[in-house]
Amino acid sequence: MTTQTVLAAAGSVPGGEAVTFWILAPLALIGAIGMVAARNAVHSALWLVLTMLCLGVFYVLQAGPFIGMVQIIVYTGAIMMLFLFVLMLVGRDSTDSLIETLRGQRVAAIVLGLGFAGLVGSGVYHALEKTTAVGLEQANAEGNVQGIARLLFTKYVFAFELTSALLITAAVGAMVLAHVERRKQDKMDQPATMRARFAPGNYPGPKPGPGVFATSSSVATPARLPDGRLTDRSTPAILPQRELTAEETSLKGTDK
Amino acid sequence: MSPSYLAQDPTLADFGRDPWWLVLIKIVFAFAFGLLATLLGVWFERRVVGYMQVRPGPNQVGPFGLLQTLADGLKMAFKEDILPKAADKVVYFFAPTISVICAVTALSVVPFGPMVSIFGHHTPLQVTDVPVAVLLLLACSSMGVYGIVLGGWASGSTYPLLGGLRSSAQMISYEVAMGLSIVAVFMTAGTMSTSGIVAAQGSGTQLTIFGQQLPAPGWYAILLLPSFIIFFIATVGETNRAPFDLPEAESELVAGFMTEYSSLKFALFMLSEYVAMVTMSAVTTTLFLGGWRAPWPITIWEGANSGWWPMLWFFGKVIALVFVFVWLRGTLPRLRYDQFMRFGWKVLLPINLVWILVLSGLRSIEDWDTRGKLIAVGIPAGILLIATLFWPSRRPQPKPTPQEQVDSRPYGSFPLPPMDLQVPPSPRITRVVAEREPANIATGSDSREV
Repeated sequence: MTTQTVLAAAGSVPGGEAVTFWILAPLALIGAIGMVAARNAVHSALWLVLTMLCLGVFYVLQAGPFIGMVQIIVYTGAIMMLFLFVLMLVGRDSTDSLIETLRGQRVAAIVLGLGFAGLVGSGVYHALEKTTAVGLEQANAEGNVQGIARLLFTKYVFAFELTSALLITAAVGAMVLAHVERRKQDKMDQPATMRARFAPGNYPGPKPGPGVFATSSSVATPARLPDGRLTDRSTPAILPQRELTAEETSLKGTDK
Repeated sequence: MSPSYLAQDPTLADFGRDPWWLVLIKIVFAFAFGLLATLLGVWFERRVVGYMQVRPGPNQVGPFGLLQTLADGLKMAFKEDILPKAADKVVYFFAPTISVICAVTALSVVPFGPMVSIFGHHTPLQVTDVPVAVLLLLACSSMGVYGIVLGGWASGSTYPLLGGLRSSAQMISYEVAMGLSIVAVFMTAGTMSTSGIVAAQGSGTQLTIFGQQLPAPGWYAILLLPSFIIFFIATVGETNRAPFDLPEAESELVAGFMTEYSSLKFALFMLSEYVAMVTMSAVTTTLFLGGWRAPWPITIWEGANSGWWPMLWFFGKVIALVFVFVWLRGTLPRLRYDQFMRFGWKVLLPINLVWILVLSGLRSIEDWDTRGKLIAVGIPAGILLIATLFWPSRRPQPKPTPQEQVDSRPYGSFPLPPMDLQVPPSPRITRVVAEREPANIATGSDSREV
């Protein structure tokens, strides 16, 4: 279908294209409305995914298979996935509150939105009603991808490079903002970490559990180090440290 | 019709000319291929892993246990379908279907063979092809993530959510490496259509080495070896297979994104995983292993690349790649998450970029022939290899004895038990030894009783 679409003259609308359009156009609209109307943020994102997918197919229908696929891969596949990633991190129960902070804002937004859509729609329709599209065959003469590549790397190469520079600046800026600066001497390599771990005054292992080397399993009983000394690192700081009395340490008669 | 008269390599103009019933047959064939590959793939994986772990694997249902997966599938269909209370019902329902649809759709642009004649129609063995077919494959794999991510999110519990989060980060990261490794294929083949890439791998250039004419290999797995390796690694990451199966790491996340799934929905997730594995093997075959073209010794036979035979070579290559997937699973332990991410962004990506730079530099030198380019790449690469092989390693320091190590510790170090500590034998062991009968051994080969 795509091959024919690419070769198709721009003036006439083939049957397949019309059918696909009339199926997908309502879906795209439903997706757009659903995105605004959905209360759950993840549902909103999913409605937007639907609209973006429909847009991708529209591009393919309009004899631009490359831009259509890139729309699906980049916008639907990567960018919306990042959106979802953030939304999922926020949590699934974060629904928007339904209390209107501005009175009548919703009604006004609907009326203004409908009016704007009507204005743009009728304007575009009247402007393009008697226009016949030309130049598609010339643009796609060597193939769609080759045509885009030729324009991108000859006529618009400066704009292209500028865009990539802008994106790299944004990425580096985000990293700089999120980066915690650590000086070179603050970073410890593996041997240094190990030496510091076994240096005098530092306990190398995990904190001993209370009662491990003691005769009681009470959290107030400090553990014993291998040489027999008591360690206060095993007990919570707020508890008073005490030795068990002889009565407490004696056998309770429950052991066999 | 003689084979030489037929154009074996389909071009883009050959597509979109089939009658509707032929299209239907092709679609049904591709779909059935996906399902059948899953049925046999699960069996194949279990048998191969069983062989590697010195146990039989499934061998009860059907000959060689071939019908085990079918039995498992039937059992799954009759199990109770549990819907968790906290689940988001619609999304929970649709998530597995998204995965399956995306995995199967990718099969539509995979070329299974050259031009053949079906009921008098001269048609390529491929559902369809578009100028941007490889991008369609990428789009399918990037949309397939939605199934996993949404399944994890909609389940409404912690482990699936963690699995879904991992999956989204993982797939975005490895898709970058994957897309970049395909760039080298695009540059060499000059096209993005899968049939065009297969055709481009058919014509290797002739090399003259020491006065002998040698056909240079046309497969991109050899010409673009770094791209091939990176692509295959990214493929394993993209299909969530071991050692990159972090979204369903059972030692950490129970079953990851499919923890809450049961019955047919779980079966759909399993289906999509195996279809994705087979699809990715088919794509790797198409992009790097010459597609349906016969490997070298078979090409001596004239008719190897015409008619229906190429389908056999294609399936052979796909099965070999699926075996590699299984082999990886049987061999490698799962990576830790940060290691996995570091590997993707700090190893695969830079190597890929440098390789693309080298490749485009070589391609832009037009006045060199293939031999000159080979020398220009081969000699520095060889020197680098030899240098790394014979690079003198640092002499290891003499290791101090344990007593020296203890003595060198500063005052106030962590207390140690004495070095000559005698551990008394456990009283339990002596009792067991004392109560046992003396074993009757070493009395001759004929009276060996154990």
